[in-house]
Amino acid sequence: MNDSLVYLPQSGDWVCASCDGPLSPTDTAVTYLEGGFTITVLACPKCGLSLLPEYVAVGKMLEVEQLLEDK
Amino acid sequence: MNQQDLRTIEARCIEEEQPKCQAACPIHVDIRAFMTKMAAGDLAGARKVLDRTMPLPGVLARICDHPCEAACIRGQVGGAIAVGALERTCAMATASGGKPLCMPQKGKRVAALGGDLSALTLAWDLAKKGFAVTLFVARPTAGGILNEISPDVLPPAVLAEALETLGRMGVAFKTGQPLDAAQLEAVRHDFDAVYVECAKEANPLGASRDDADPLTLEFGPPGVFCGGWPADDGSRSIMRLVADGRRAATSIDRLLTGSTLTASREKEGACPTRSFTSLKDVPAVPRLEPTDPVTGFAPDQAKAEAARCLQCDCMECVKVCEYLKHYKGYPKLYARQIYNNLSIVLGNHSMNKMIDSCTLCGLCTEVCPEDFSMAELCLDSRRDMVNRGKMPPAAHEFALEDLAFSNGPDFALLRAEPGQTTCSHLFFPGCQLGGDPNARIPEAYAFLRAKLAGGVGLALGCCGAPALWAGRQTLFEEVVAAFRTQWESLGRPRLVTACASCLAVFRQAAPDIPAVSLWQVLNDETGLPEAAGFTPDGPLAVHDSCTARHDATAQAAVRALLGKRGLAFEELPLSGRYTECCGFGGLVGNAHPELAKAITERRAAASPRDFLATCAMCRDRLAHVGKRAYHLLDLLFPGPGAADPATRPDPGFSLRHETRARLRRHLLATVWNEPTDPKAPAGPDFTVSPEVRAVMEARHILDDDVKRTLAHAESTGRKFRNRENGHFLASFTPHRVTYWVEYVMEGATARVFTAYSHRMTVAGVGK
Repeated sequence: MNDSLVYLPQSGDWVCASCDGPLSPTDTAVTYLEGGFTITVLACPKCGLSLLPEYVAVGKMLEVEQLLEDK
Repeated sequence: MNQQDLRTIEARCIEEEQPKCQAACPIHVDIRAFMTKMAAGDLAGARKVLDRTMPLPGVLARICDHPCEAACIRGQVGGAIAVGALERTCAMATASGGKPLCMPQKGKRVAALGGDLSALTLAWDLAKKGFAVTLFVARPTAGGILNEISPDVLPPAVLAEALETLGRMGVAFKTGQPLDAAQLEAVRHDFDAVYVECAKEANPLGASRDDADPLTLEFGPPGVFCGGWPADDGSRSIMRLVADGRRAATSIDRLLTGSTLTASREKEGACPTRSFTSLKDVPAVPRLEPTDPVTGFAPDQAKAEAARCLQCDCMECVKVCEYLKHYKGYPKLYARQIYNNLSIVLGNHSMNKMIDSCTLCGLCTEVCPEDFSMAELCLDSRRDMVNRGKMPPAAHEFALEDLAFSNGPDFALLRAEPGQTTCSHLFFPGCQLGGDPNARIPEAYAFLRAKLAGGVGLALGCCGAPALWAGRQTLFEEVVAAFRTQWESLGRPRLVTACASCLAVFRQAAPDIPAVSLWQVLNDETGLPEAAGFTPDGPLAVHDSCTARHDATAQAAVRALLGKRGLAFEELPLSGRYTECCGFGGLVGNAHPELAKAITERRAAASPRDFLATCAMCRDRLAHVGKRAYHLLDLLFPGPGAADPATRPDPGFSLRHETRARLRRHLLATVWNEPTDPKAPAGPDFTVSPEVRAVMEARHILDDDVKRTLAHAESTGRKFRNRENGHFLASFTPHRVTYWVEYVMEGATARVFTAYSHRMTVAGVGK
């Protein structure tokens, strides 16, 4: 069972530009300083390219960064 | 910081010192709290404040001889608060609080020879602490001096009720007792400790105040304490009797519970205080007296009189500092919070951001009666965090990269005058002024070359202030050392700086390098250039840089230059030594952008006039919040036909980088005849809306970051495409930060729709 948090784009129909293939939700490792966890984002199964949406980067991810920085 | 350091630092802040009234009160009644309740008409609440501290409160509040009033600083502005009359009013209007809570019996017995006020106080205090107290009273009833007070002032029923309360607290009264040496000898055998009241009519020991230890009131025989003497003139102050009883009770409690009799008793009784409260702008309001001293104040009168209380505290620094105000405390509290923050090993360091948000401007120290330095505390703490690897990377990374850019190949430049290898003077305009597209650096440099003998060299770069402020002491020292080597290579010229921060940094870190402000040189040595071009209307408000707050010479030179240029000016309420930071100092803009903005807005609001700044960051920060502001060079070297320079916006991060690189190329080409190739773009040009530009600024994303991300995406093809609108989305991680850009290519130029960044490493992202 996949229990990591899922962060998909809020709009758009995104594909991998280089292979023009569809993206699929993929467990993706996130690390910072001495901390790490897994989230689910869209990624290209062939190229391994992950798509981190803006709302995640300036929202939850920023919060967690600040939290880890103050640990 | 160790515990001792903390205590030394904490001790400097006097905010928690007792106000003068409370310190003068031998039992330290919380008079401020009492006045707050009285001013609100909350008599029951006020009574609770008295009950907390006063023995026999219904009695004492009626008759207290209020030594606090002599100490009240309201006395200087209208007359001391009528504390005594207000206490009396409160006591008369409220019911007795009943029997106070007493601790469980400790199994120790205390005797008091005497039934006067000091013995009653001792009995009250010790009974509350769980001691069994027996009062040996000579007369048929206890009360002593209290029985001599007019029944109008102290009705016998009130005294009787107080004695009854003592009885319910477990105090035994033995009346009609002989109080002589034999009695003392007898009770010494039967009780664990004895208090001998040396009142008017009975002094079984014949002991004088001089015979007893003044700190403990301990007399010769073990376990015997004395107190309650009349003053030398025979008078007996109510509060003095109470103070003796309380002091002896404390001694007996300590003796019978096995703790030290003498430690930490400095603040017992009336004591000195370092409290400071400014009376500046406090209007004089005359003291009210009750119409009838016996019945006390009428309700409205009581409220009005209590409302005159100044609620003394210091807060001098908090009043003038947005940062200190923001965290809702005061330095003493902050020192402890910071100490705790630095001490914890595991858990959240919740004060990191606070430590990194001080502007280090030093205004707090200037206004503090005890020279408390928040700047010193925060800077030391930052160094400590850096040394232990606990400094959050995000706090200062951007500023440190800016420093690296300024001292890197795109901006750094060091030259003697053309054709020379050494020089007598070295113009150091500073990196921030170098980033202002309208700065008159070439004009100022040409002017200095024309006017100063011995050759004027030029140094473009950063003095290292960001590293200093970020607590990166090693990096800071490296920057200064590197500069020193270059300075020596030019024959040790005198430094002429246009930036107050650079000047302060060099003077502090490299005192052997002679350094002077550009303003001083223009005022004292070169004279002014011919005035030509823009001249502002109306007086300007002079904004001194916080880093120049102790440079009275430079401040005077700025004003003299304005005078010579024929420009009217005004002083801001806080200026010179007391100037406020613009919100750039200490890198607060990096660590806490919202607070930095509030600091700038506060400064901008200090005058409706246009501001005159002598530091590029001050000017740009003021412009950033919409304040019209000039840099002094705008007015000394106005370009012919130039528009009003106060209207120009804050250049922002990217333009500041571009401008520095452009300035370097311009000066090399025009002064040294060394044309350089325009820097090859790192990636495709792009266009962006003002809204997205503002978002990029707020997120510290530079044009260069966007260009490199675009170049990476376009060269590798690693990007996403939105099939609905054709937008691309790509990421790139040049160092630690990953940048994302959403864009379309329009020919060779990209149109950028958004840019964002993060520091966390995400698999399959960036690189």
